[in-house]
Amino acid sequence: MKTSIKTAIIGAFTLIGAAFAGTTIANAAGDSESDYEMKHIHWHFDGFRGTYDRAAMQRGYQVYKEVCASCHQLKFMSFRHLGDKGGPFYDEHFKNPSDNPVVKGLAGDWEVTDIDLDTGEEITRKAIPSDNFPAIYSNKIAAAASNNGKAPPDLSVIVKARSGGADYIYNLLVAYDEEHPTENPVFGGQIAMAAPLYEDAVEYADGTPATVDQMAKDVTEFLAWAADPKMEQRKSLGLAVMIYLLILTILAWFTYKQVWRNVKH
Amino acid sequence: MSGHPSTYEPKNGFTKWMDQRLPIIRMGADFMTYPSPRNLNYWYTFGGILTLCLVAQIITGIILAMHYTPSVDAAFESVQRIKRDVPFGWLLQPMHAVGASMFFFAVYIHMFRGLYYGSYKAPREMVWILGCVIYLVMMATGFLGYTLPWGQMSFWGATVITGFFGAIPVVGESVQQWLLGGYAVDNATLNRFFSLHYLLPFVIAAIVGLHVWAMHHAGQNNPVGIEPKSKEDTLSFHPYYTAKDFFAICIFLLIFAYFLFYYPDSLGHADNYIEADALETPAHIVPEWYFLPFYAILRAVPSKLLGILLMFAAVAVLFILPWLDTSKVRSMRFRPVTKLWFILFVIACFVLGWHGALSPDDPVMGVKSVWWSRAATLYYFSFFLIILPVMGLIETPKDRPDSITKSVLGEASS
Repeated sequence: MKTSIKTAIIGAFTLIGAAFAGTTIANAAGDSESDYEMKHIHWHFDGFRGTYDRAAMQRGYQVYKEVCASCHQLKFMSFRHLGDKGGPFYDEHFKNPSDNPVVKGLAGDWEVTDIDLDTGEEITRKAIPSDNFPAIYSNKIAAAASNNGKAPPDLSVIVKARSGGADYIYNLLVAYDEEHPTENPVFGGQIAMAAPLYEDAVEYADGTPATVDQMAKDVTEFLAWAADPKMEQRKSLGLAVMIYLLILTILAWFTYKQVWRNVKH
Repeated sequence: MSGHPSTYEPKNGFTKWMDQRLPIIRMGADFMTYPSPRNLNYWYTFGGILTLCLVAQIITGIILAMHYTPSVDAAFESVQRIKRDVPFGWLLQPMHAVGASMFFFAVYIHMFRGLYYGSYKAPREMVWILGCVIYLVMMATGFLGYTLPWGQMSFWGATVITGFFGAIPVVGESVQQWLLGGYAVDNATLNRFFSLHYLLPFVIAAIVGLHVWAMHHAGQNNPVGIEPKSKEDTLSFHPYYTAKDFFAICIFLLIFAYFLFYYPDSLGHADNYIEADALETPAHIVPEWYFLPFYAILRAVPSKLLGILLMFAAVAVLFILPWLDTSKVRSMRFRPVTKLWFILFVIACFVLGWHGALSPDDPVMGVKSVWWSRAATLYYFSFFLIILPVMGLIETPKDRPDSITKSVLGEASS
């Protein structure tokens, strides 16, 4: 009997492992070849108990707002999301993020188009927390036309949409060299996006020196959160579920042994 | 449902009244006391696990359908809305997506177990064939479901797979257009795929009912492959196998939870987080991991039509397996040589899965990937069409124990 438990468990893990290997290969197949060596960053959100670094996310939001947002939208995000639990500007005093004055202030930095309720004419007004991050170009063709023929991708899920995830985004941002501004070894050659970051491109409110490396890390932290805003909730519930299941499994084992105590099998 | 004499006796007025009109309580009671071979090992717990998977997929799926929008303009966004704004949507959506992988993981173990212990042999051919039908409908459901998030792999996977039908001589193009509802994968396709994806799980549930019925009628197979001969050889399903299945389900749920909470995207492809774009083909179109072996078979031959025929034949051959295996001995435990061929078969399936993920020209140990696929495809079919028919005639099986009870009391090797 013992051996069959062992074989069952080993079998299960072998299959899981194989599934893993299969998908890793599947993902790796999408990578383009280059000599550039990807730097692996130890992210704050890595691992079983990993969480987002709030200060880094806040700086990252500033980089997004002042640099990326001139071309890239966050179309699946509203300003209120910034104040959600686990988000960069969460404040426990404001369970409804739309009441959070910081979020209101951040939304107010943006302008969105709306319809005047009296005249029906298109107007521009300051954004409120319930507004989506606004579109930057009126359509995809216009976006491509202003950016060397390639529409800038939306950044809401970009960290999930690239194999390599956060490491890929970070490396892409730091891999430019000054002599070839239209080439990026991480991207695999010609890239429509010219090097977006340069020393002191933003001035951080918390005094952190705005090096290219620092800004790349910060904006990646912010975009990682944007792509998976419920990660902290998921991991903390996951831990509780795993502990619960582990106890249940042990009890189930003893139940099984008790029921079968008089049966040789 | 049962294949054994009923021992249920209605005790009170209501149950007696019901028993004469609709003996549904009797059916449930007979199900719970069903005599199962006493030697079923952990490989036999996957039936219960799969039932759980089906129920979990249906429940999460029904809730997701309440929030999902099947439209080319809104599908991708609605999945994002589910994950960001629907209460617990961040849990339900990955539960359904990871659940599909776990479902296939369990079904593959269940099928390999059936192969190893000869569970397809008389009198259980219908149990096996119904199982094959379930697997076929599962594949269809999985494929249709993968289209719904409307990512790049959804779109291009759907384009490639519906393209198979275009390879049928003469009528191919018409059939393909009829399936798609147009000339290419578009809104009409997405809508019908959503409709069918909602329908098929209930078809699966119905066939599962038949599968379990057939199994109860013919009796369960067991690791030694000998029919129970006395009362000693069997145990009541409850509490013995409910307790054992429950323990196995807990282990399975631990693995499920590990993926769900910590690596929800590890079994999918990053490209599916890019919204579908008909003008931009991904560098490598690959299906979900559970279809990779068939994808490798498809690409193993240079002709598209032949590849498609081989791929369908790889599933079709399972249906005639009960008549291909000529051995009277069910369990591989007593077939020392065939057991080795079986292990090689499992390895071939893994090789196919591995090479299904690669490009045909990728070199592996100095040999192009496509040649690995070809070798493994050749072995896959040889196992069913040559090895099993021939080995049954020439192999001398080991001595089998007289009964299940004797085997568990240590008179047989495992």
